[in-house]
Formats: sequence, C-alpha cells, structure tokens
Amino acid sequence: MATILEDSKFNPDQKLKVVGTNPVKHDGPDKVTGRAKFGADMYLPGMLFGKILRSPHAHAILKSIDTSAAEALPGVNAVATRDDFPELQAGTPGGDLSRNIMAREKVLYDGHPVAAVAATSESIARRALKLIKVEYEILPHVIDPVEAMQPGAPILHSHLRTKGVEGAQDTPTNVVERLVCEMGDVEKGFAAADFIVEGEYDSKPMHQSYIEPQGCVASASQDGQIELYCCTQGIHVFRDRIGEILKIDSAKIRVSQSEMGGGFGGKTSPYAEPVAAVLSRKSARPVKIVLTRNEVFRCTGPVSATKSKIKMGCTKDGKITAAQADLVFQTGAFTGSMFFNGPWAMFTRYALDNIHTVACEVVSNRPKVNAFRAPCVPQIVFGVEALVSEMANKVGMDQIDFRLKNAAKEGDTTVFGQTFERIGFVETLEAAKQTDHYKSKLPEGWGRGVSTGFWFNRDGDTTGSLTITPGGSVTIMVGTSDVAGSRISLSMMAAEELGVPVEKVRAILSDTAMMGNNRVTAGSRTTYSAGMVIVDSARQAIAEMCRRAAEIWGVPVEGVEFVDGAVHPSSSNVGEFEPMSIAEIAAKTSVSHGAISGHTEMNVTGAGPGFGVHLVDCEVDRGTGRVDIKRYTVIEDAGKAIHPLQVEGQYQGGAIQGVGWALNEEYIYGEDGRLQNPGFLDYRIPVASDVPMVDTVIVEVPNPRHPYGLRGVGEVPVTPTLGAVGNAIGDAIGIRPTSLPMSPPKILKLLKDAGLNTN
Amino acid sequence: MAKTHITTTVNGDEYEVLCEVDQTLLDVLRDELHLTGTKEGCSSGDCGACSVMVDGRLMCSCLVLGVEADGKSIDTIEGMADGDVLHPLQRNFLELNGLQCGICTPGILIAAKNLLERNPNPTETEIRFWLAGNLCRCTGYDKIIRSVMAAAEEMRGN
Amino acid sequence: MTGLRYEAPENLNAAMALLGGAEGSARVMAGGTDLIIQIDNEMIEPDLLVDIKNIKEMRSIDQVDGGYRVGAAVTGMELMEHEGFCATWPGVIEGVSLIGSIQVKGRATVGGNVCNSSPAADSPPPLIAAGATATIVGPNGSRDIPVEDIAVGPGKTSLAKGEIVVAFNFAKRPAHSGEAYQRFTPRTEMDIAVVGVGVNLTLDGDGTCIAARVCLGAVAATALLVDEAAATLIGTKVDEAALDNLAKAASAACRPIDDKRGTIEFRTDVAGVLARRVALVALERARKN
Repeated sequence: MATILEDSKFNPDQKLKVVGTNPVKHDGPDKVTGRAKFGADMYLPGMLFGKILRSPHAHAILKSIDTSAAEALPGVNAVATRDDFPELQAGTPGGDLSRNIMAREKVLYDGHPVAAVAATSESIARRALKLIKVEYEILPHVIDPVEAMQPGAPILHSHLRTKGVEGAQDTPTNVVERLVCEMGDVEKGFAAADFIVEGEYDSKPMHQSYIEPQGCVASASQDGQIELYCCTQGIHVFRDRIGEILKIDSAKIRVSQSEMGGGFGGKTSPYAEPVAAVLSRKSARPVKIVLTRNEVFRCTGPVSATKSKIKMGCTKDGKITAAQADLVFQTGAFTGSMFFNGPWAMFTRYALDNIHTVACEVVSNRPKVNAFRAPCVPQIVFGVEALVSEMANKVGMDQIDFRLKNAAKEGDTTVFGQTFERIGFVETLEAAKQTDHYKSKLPEGWGRGVSTGFWFNRDGDTTGSLTITPGGSVTIMVGTSDVAGSRISLSMMAAEELGVPVEKVRAILSDTAMMGNNRVTAGSRTTYSAGMVIVDSARQAIAEMCRRAAEIWGVPVEGVEFVDGAVHPSSSNVGEFEPMSIAEIAAKTSVSHGAISGHTEMNVTGAGPGFGVHLVDCEVDRGTGRVDIKRYTVIEDAGKAIHPLQVEGQYQGGAIQGVGWALNEEYIYGEDGRLQNPGFLDYRIPVASDVPMVDTVIVEVPNPRHPYGLRGVGEVPVTPTLGAVGNAIGDAIGIRPTSLPMSPPKILKLLKDAGLNTN
Repeated sequence: MAKTHITTTVNGDEYEVLCEVDQTLLDVLRDELHLTGTKEGCSSGDCGACSVMVDGRLMCSCLVLGVEADGKSIDTIEGMADGDVLHPLQRNFLELNGLQCGICTPGILIAAKNLLERNPNPTETEIRFWLAGNLCRCTGYDKIIRSVMAAAEEMRGN
Repeated sequence: MTGLRYEAPENLNAAMALLGGAEGSARVMAGGTDLIIQIDNEMIEPDLLVDIKNIKEMRSIDQVDGGYRVGAAVTGMELMEHEGFCATWPGVIEGVSLIGSIQVKGRATVGGNVCNSSPAADSPPPLIAAGATATIVGPNGSRDIPVEDIAVGPGKTSLAKGEIVVAFNFAKRPAHSGEAYQRFTPRTEMDIAVVGVGVNLTLDGDGTCIAARVCLGAVAATALLVDEAAATLIGTKVDEAALDNLAKAASAACRPIDDKRGTIEFRTDVAGVLARRVALVALERARKN
C-alpha cells in the first residue's frame, strides 16, 4: 500500500468538521488542576537526590578530584566523576557530549560539571558537594567569539582544526568551521545596484528560559537496564546519545517523557540525565536530579552570540540585486550551534540572484549553545531587515511594497538549493498590508517597524499508531513530544479522518520502547510530521474496516467505502446493506480478525516553508532610553491552522520571546569569565506588564504536501521580531540600533551621541 | 539534623510534617506531601510558579520556610476546583487556551484567583501588573490575560 | 548548615533574649524574602533564625501625634492596603509597591527592605526623603535614628549586635507638602532599581518651596540624601530653571559603579532625568495638599 507521502496530497475541496476548530486540549485539565506530572514531579520509592558540582572557572585543567570525604558522609550513596564515564575520543559527537556532561581533561566554562553525588536528601547532597576537593590549574579564558578567532587567543581544544579551509593546518584554532554559501555573482549584482547599504550588527546569547528547569529520575537495575523519566524534546535521541556516551545498548535504556514545561529547543539534548543514570547504577537506587535555575542559566542553552557584517544593493525601482555577509557564530565550548541555518535563511525571504556569505562557527569559554526556535536565524535577520528597510526608504517605497517586489515565490531557488513549491509569502505580505495596524496612523512620537521572517520547517523520522477500541473510540500514540499541544492537533486530524467527534480520540505520548525512532520534536516539525503519520495510520484503519465490512457483507472490498465515520456499500449494485459505524465494526473484532489499528513509520518529507511578517509600534523614552512596545501584530502563513487558538499562541509567544531578546535579554560575563546574571532577576525575560496584547492574522496558503495543508508554525514567529523591534526603534528616534539587546543604556547612548536625548 | 514537627492545613486537610528548618514551604509541599501541583521555577521568588495562599495571602512558597507553616492554612492549585467542577478561571484557561506548556499555570491561577477576590472587575493593566510576578515563556501573556478577563466577567454574572 | 534553629517569639523581650543569648550567628527574619535566598545560596549560614512576625507591636500601623508609626514587620501589602497611610505618604507607597511582585510584597517588610541594606532597595529613598525615623530596640534600650543612618554599606547596617528596628515613625505631614518616588528599571516590574529617586517638598502659600529632601538610590553604596539637590529647589517655585539645577545636582551627587545592572554614565544621566520627573510629581501633590 502506498503511504500518504505519495498518494495523499492536499485536497482543497474537503469539507472539514474538526480541523480548524478549537477543542480543549487533552493535557489541559491536568495542567489547570496541578495533576500534570512534569520532570521534577516524579517520586519513586527509595529514591535518592542527585546534585552536581560545577566549575567556578571559565577555563582550567582538571588536575585532580578527591571525593573521599563526600563518600564518607552518612546518607551519601554514590559519587560520580569523569572516571565513571567511558573515555570517548575528543572532537567526536560522543566525545564532545560526554565532556560537556562531565568534564574530563579540562573545564571549559563557568558551571561545567566536575562531579556529582546521590544522597538520601537534597540537603545531604549539597553538603557532600562541599566536601569534594577539586584541584584546578586555571588557564586564560576567552568569552567573545571574535576575540576567540584572533591569533594567540586561549585555545579550548588542542585537536580542533577548521573545517572548510583548504590546506593543512598545523596549529589548533577555535574556529570550528568556515562555511561559504553563494549563488550568482555578487560583484555583478552590486555593480547593477543604484543604492548600496551596509551595516555591522552584533548579538549576545539569550537563553530559552523555559520556566521548568530540567528534571529527571533515572533508575538502573542490576541487570543493566536503565529507566529514565525526564522532560525532553526527544526520547529516542536521549536514549541513543546516553547509550553512546555510557556505552550501553540502546534497547537497555527506556526513556519516558514527562509533561514538558517549555523547551523551545533547549531540551533537545541531555545534561543531567546521564549523570543520574550513572549515579543510579552506582547506588542501585533511583536517582532524581532537578537543575536549579542557576544551573539552567550557567550550563544549558543558550543561543549563539553573533557578529554580522552585511551588505545589500538594489536598483532605484526597488529590485534587490545583491546580498553579501560575513558572519560569526559563537557556539560555546563545543560545536553544535547549527550555524548554517543563519546563512541559509537570512536572505531567503527574497528572490535573489546574487548572494555570497561566509560564516564561521567559533568555540569560546561559555556553555555549549543549544537550539532555540529557528537556531541562529533571528539575530542575523536583525541586520538584514535593517538594510531592507533602509533600501525601501532610499528608493522611496512603502516598506511592505518593497518587500513584495522582492518576495520569494513558487519556483524560486534558494541559496541552499531548494526550489520552492507553493509558498505563502506574497499572501502574508498582502495580508499585513491590509491589517488595521498597518493602515492606522502612527501616533506622534512613536515608531513603526516592519520585518519579515522565514523558517524552512523540518520533517524527518516519525512514528505513530492508532487503535480503535471495541466501543468505537480511538487511541493514538506518537513517539514525538508535545511541546505546545500537538496531542490535540493530532487527535483532531484523526477525528477528521475517521469521522468521529474529537472527544472520541485520545492521544498518548509513547516511551522509547513503545515506538520506533523519532527525530527530536524541534524545527516546527511535529504537528506536520506526526500528523502525516497519524493520518496514514487512520487511513490504514479505515482500509481494514472496509475489508471487515466487505467480509461481513460477503461483497468484494471494492464494493465498500468509508464516509462520515461509517462503512457504506459504494453503490446499490453492491447490495442493500445498512451502513456500519466504526463502533459497530469494532464491536465485532473478537469474532473477526482482532483489533483494528493502523501503525506507521515514516521518514516524512514535504514540510512546507513558513513565512511571517511582524508589525511593531514602539515609543522610546528619550530621557532613559527605555523602549515601550505599544502595539504588535503577527501575520504568518500556517498553511492550515488545525487548532487556530494554538497557532495564535505560537505567534504571540514567539513574538514576545523576541521582544525580550530584542530589548533586554543577554548573558553578562565578568572579567573572571563567570556568568553574572544566572537568575530571572537579572536575566530579564518579559513580564506581563511589559507587553501589549499581540494581534494575529493566520494566513492559510496550503502546503501541497499535507492532506490538510499545514505548515509548521513554531519557529517563524521569532525570526522577524528582532528586526521588527529594531526597525520600530529606528523609526522612532531616527537611528537604527545595530547591537542586541537594544537595552536602555545603549539606546540612551545613541540618543546622547546624536544630541537627541531629552528630559 | 533535628527536624521540626509542624501541623499545617493544606486545602482544608490537616497534615503533620517533620521538616528541616532550611526546607521551604515549597520543598515541604512537594517533597514531603507530594503535592506537586505547586511548581519550582527559580527558588528565588522571581517566577511565581510556586505561588500559594498562606492564611489568605498570596506568596511564593519558595520564600516561606516550612516551619513557618505551622498552624497556618495553605491553599494550593490542588484545592482550586470544587470536586469535579473546575473553577471558572480553570475553565476559561482551558477554553481560551490560556496555557501552553502549563508549568506556570498553577501559579498564575492561584494569583489570578486572589486578584478576582479582591477586585472582581480588573482592567487589563491591573491584571498585567498583578501577574507581573508570574513568568510565562510560552504564551506572550495575551491569552492568559484574556482568560482572566473572561473568567472575571463570568464570575460577575454577566 | 547542620543545626539551623528557628524561633518565633511573641514579644520583643523574648526576641532580645534569643538574639542576646545565641551561640554562633543569629539572624532576624522578617519577611524572609532576601534571607531565605541568602541561606539557599549559602551566602550566609546562620545558626539561629529569630522570626519577628509574631510580635504584635512590630505588625501594627498606628496614628501617633498626627503622624504614623509603622511596625517594621508590617508587610508591603499590608501597608499598601492602609488607606490613611497611602493617602498621606503616596511616595513611600510608590517605593514599597516596587519591592517585588505581589507575592513578594505579601511577605517582604519595610524593616527588612531597609535592614537588608541593598543600595538599590526601593523603600529607603522615599522613607529618607520623607524624613522618617526608625525606632531601634536593643540590649541597651530604645533609640530613634533617621532612616538614612541605618545602612552604612551594601549589606551592612549601623545596628549593634542584638538590636532590632521595631518601627518607622512619620511626622505629621505639613500643609502644601508632597512627595514621590520613581525608579528606573528596564522592565516594568520584577526588577532591581538602576536608579531610584525620592523627593519630598513643602510649599508656602505662594507656591514657593520652603523645604525639600531629595534621596537617590542605587547610585552609591547606600541611599544618598543629597542636600545640594534639595537646595536647588528651596526658595524657588520649582520652575524649569530649578528643575534643571536639580537634575544637575542629582547627577553630580552620584557615585555609582559599573555593573550588570547599569553603567556609571547611564546611572548618572538617569538620576538627573528621574529627579526632575519625580520633583514634578511631588510638586503636583504638594499643590493639592
């Protein structure tokens, strides 16, 4: 049987009953009553509490670790250090992960784990940590990525040589990779330009700042099996990577997922989970580790700091002729920033013939960066959209018209080699132009910014199953995680396929033993990919129900069809039979061929790219440099909104995360290389009173590859935000900021230097 | 370490607990009573995920010692619904999608309920400032504020 | 922390006895919103916590001689709910209302906010501008001192061992007087003052300023009572020229540091801007009084 990837394209004529409505999500009632179990909410009999000792130094040789006093403390059941982790080759993915989880030769950032204990209480575990003696040989450190690239900078990894550079390299470097992306001929493109604009931009790391710190319980048994309960964006990835670094067969590790209190990319890789597993093996008891907020800031996440130098040119009638960029991405102590997303996505909203970018990924003495909604894209788009706005102004065109004139369309080829199928950027821009917001007159003294954003949207390995109960209701199971309500969206698609009310469908998240491999729940892939899998499973179940009915009726299977939740004879020629509902067929499974189900594994393809436009009005206090966001509208193509309220929530949440990053969020380091603001008091994410309501417009240009036309919506809403806020500030004060975050001291300085500050 | 015996009432039920002086009320609720609806987000009073009512006063349970709960009456998220019937705030959060991941939701519901008890008809601005101590990273706050406003309207009988 | 002890005495004498008789280090706990974090972060490791919230005289707000006596263990929310005090001392309330979230203010006390001696605390500048005094009780009896004399540096007070601040005293407010407090923070709430300014001024019948107190927070090791800034207002109608002079004097008085919360330049500039804005609010209130 062909799978849905080949034979089930989007059908524009279907009449939808469930998709597009807003039922209460399955996980909702437990979450409003406190019943929902998150990572830290699991308690097992005999459980110990684990705590991790962390380096106070940004860069040091780990000379010795003496754990004897800690081991002797009553109540301490296990102590773990580097000696409890198999030595994997440095510079390999496993070697890097292992060294990030427990430092081996050196500590590479403030907060790098050096030892861990498991004790009968948290208080004893904390006391035990103080008894561990660690001898460090402190080395010079480097925080800033550009400084890390200079000759003579402190070297983090002696084995590192730059990928993408021709010729032999004798000396170690901090530059992991140099990536050139190009199409056409930029020199020719700039020669054809009437206006050339350029700028230099920089950004600091921001943290995903999920409100739930990572929490897990590991339970190892004497036969080598490990059960791990944790909050994760990828149960299978956690299983496989933990297996890799602890040299345990994957099948012996069973990872179950808790509810997840926010991830945004930051829970795609393990931190404390393998440590808990090691402590549990050593103590033969379950071990729980919950990170503190301080640990979350110092050791998990954040996103890449960047420097970018961007140049663009256009003709006087507003056609962009060339775009060029030099980009630096800080990846923290280990590679893995996914920096290639930056050069691939930065100009991709526009149909350009001539592009040349050089991007470098650089290690420095900071925590290894992790994914965050559209990794490495928003902070680069910040600069691109400054220049696009500047070009529109130079040409004298309306901001949206300028972008429309250059907008990418179906058939355009991108710098990363994809030729777009049907995309909705033009429709999104046109919808933005029609909003009340854009048409409204800007109040005196405010500024208005426009920016656009793009994300590829991902797909990939996905598994799912669907079972019909004897009573005719439906259980679905997926191996993906639910980061923001995918269970209800998947249930809605199953209900639509089966012609049953969504209340009849219940979605369950599997553990690693129940389902085959899944890619991480990230990249805006899950509702799309798991949706494909669940629709396919539903169609398998429908085919089976048709076969059962044909057998009961004694007619050929071609003579039956499934319509509106029941099997009917496909014509009167087949015979006169009363339609059989799902419940009627399901009630007979014990006298036919057993349960009816569908089960699908798929390497899903066909995720439709997403585009968005953000409109921001702001007011700038010219005495203090403080920026007040007054009005915000997100316009974005969802392909098809399965659950519109959830899609709006993605748009709104993404926008406000971006506002925080644009205005205040940053990692601040002292001269000693220590993080100065590892807490929510000084790492300033937006609070409710900081922001306005966020209006949304859901544009629906169906993805031709999906039965309901959906596109991912998780990442796009962050990509334009920094650019939009920057452009709004630029419009308000006449100077476009180039450095993120655009915090009050920086804005006041811009105002003062231009003589524009007032009381 | 010598532990202190306390008697405290949580959601109307009396509990006796032995706690260490350095355990917070949050630790006692979660680790001793296994009432895990009250969440730990920061342990420094900056995120509000651990919000509870102590003798009718809204507090972060991470900033209250467990020993201080002796003789006090605590209300947590587990006590908000009336048996099978959800509180109007809980229902409106569900219907208007006032939650995404849900980790901040218990604290926000506790704080919002206290607001509506004091002010049945708050403005958007009053709600935003009252909830400023409850961080949410998913929603951008829009649907949280709308859910509180809708619940307030319903509770006023409109 | 092997033997941390907790006591909650019901009267001052018992509290004194506990503090005086303690072996090792004893800490007074009021709201605990700073103290519990310090213990949790192992910044301090006391042996005894003396919870003063059960001491009645430290929990009451009383009218005394036309003024107010506010117990040091009165919480932020309790003070903000006191209509009479709010109407009389709106600037003090502006400071108290910024101490933290509603949750934090449900616990945090004015006494704790003052005695924690953070240079950036929000209640000291308006208290000092208001001319409030603190009643201190200790082994050697009771004394009243101006609030500005309590903090001597970050985390340090002038209090002797065993002494407790039990109340703050606010004199009867003169006619035609008004005060206000504002701070600058990047966020609207849940933040630490980068600069805070409290201004209290009194006008005569013609609208000429006859008395003023200006206090700056977060621009030095302690809140600064700046006489030079007050002098710019006294004898004027608090006109533009006076406000310009006030802003200059406020900026000139700053002795800030560069840190994660703000630069020297930024703090100095914003102190002037805020002083002018706060003086205008105080002026408006004085005219209505």
